[in-house]
Amino acid sequence: MNAPETQPQTSAWSIYRAIVGIGVFCALVIVIVFQSTADRIRQNQERFLAAAISEVLPASKSTIAVTLSDGGRLAATTETLALPVFLAYDEDSRLVGAVLAAEGMGYQDNIRVLYSYSFDKNAIVGFKILDSKETPGLGDRVEIEPHFIANFEALDVRLNSNGDKLDHEIMTVKQGEKTEPWQVDGITGATITSEAIGNLLNESAKAWIPVLERDAMSIEVTPGGGQ
Amino acid sequence: MATKQVTPTDEFVKGLWRDNPVFVQVLGMCPALAVSNTAMNALAMGLATTFVLLMSGLSVSLLRNFIPREARIVSFICIIATFVTSVDYLIMAISLELHRALGAFIALIVVNCLILGRAEAFASKNRPGRALLDGLGMGIGFTLALLFIGVVREILGSGSIFGFAVLPDTFQTWTVMVLPSGGFFAMALWLLIVNRLKQRETEAAKQTKRALS
Repeated sequence: MNAPETQPQTSAWSIYRAIVGIGVFCALVIVIVFQSTADRIRQNQERFLAAAISEVLPASKSTIAVTLSDGGRLAATTETLALPVFLAYDEDSRLVGAVLAAEGMGYQDNIRVLYSYSFDKNAIVGFKILDSKETPGLGDRVEIEPHFIANFEALDVRLNSNGDKLDHEIMTVKQGEKTEPWQVDGITGATITSEAIGNLLNESAKAWIPVLERDAMSIEVTPGGGQ
Repeated sequence: MATKQVTPTDEFVKGLWRDNPVFVQVLGMCPALAVSNTAMNALAMGLATTFVLLMSGLSVSLLRNFIPREARIVSFICIIATFVTSVDYLIMAISLELHRALGAFIALIVVNCLILGRAEAFASKNRPGRALLDGLGMGIGFTLALLFIGVVREILGSGSIFGFAVLPDTFQTWTVMVLPSGGFFAMALWLLIVNRLKQRETEAAKQTKRALS
């Protein structure tokens, strides 16, 4: 049976009609789903960020989002930034640290992380991966490998005597070869991902920690602000 | 036509065993091998695929007289991509943690040939009710198959099921089972078992036939 060949040729009009019609139908479905989930997703993201902040810096009770003003000084902001920086305070409005988001290219796609900086210890004291698409079973081990996570309990980022640069850049070394407090002990089998995390922390720390050390104390604490 | 005698239950059940999408039709290998490294990932991926199968099957079946033959592939892909995008947003709204665990694989449901295959071979030729049953059966069959592979890989590769340790600490885990190649090993094992069972089924059927004649 050659049924399809005996059928009359479909008119161009009905093909256009079908394609445009389906395009409109699909666009409608996507818009409806997007609109109805947008609020939930935003809430989820806010809750996720708040939980992540208290995870990387448990002492934090309230936070203020800060950014660089035009004059290169640190200033409070109300904008939602792609890579937010927060100053964290305890119950008595004492500065306990800073929480920073950082981003860098991994093996597959951008890796987004959140880390906390302690002004007392001059070190990175907390770390969490917010978003990564690293290879399951290989690159994504940066999230579960205990010796890698232990890097960020006290990763030294002290400034030099001028206070304008890191004393030592953060460096990723091969697994088991960490000798200095500013080195990141890498993961065999996740070399690129662990190096990417070392690099993105280094870039972010180089840019932000001198500014934070210089200006963080002078930021006015507004009661009731932040989360 | 043979389809006249097929009851709705048959449409549902065939996806589970006789025409199981993974073990018999060997469709949708990319997610079946890639996201089955743990039982939890396998389950979530299976459910997301089932949802897309159901929704795209229903839409294609409802629109089957509106879509001309020449424009069917582009129309089906467009419909499937729409529901994959929806599933992406829905999972984000349900749980960001789950969304992170599934990573890039949600978007890849679009190119799962199982969904296009069912739209082309079944939904575009049948009424919506049957298309839904077919989608549900295929979806559950796909989920079960992924779960079977996932359980084997997680037990051998991590010594646990759904994150709960089931093997003693002294067990040396087979890391290879969590890596992509482990998917092929687990897949081969299940194909071996399923094909053996199928073979026995046909032999038994042949014998009864001979005995009857």
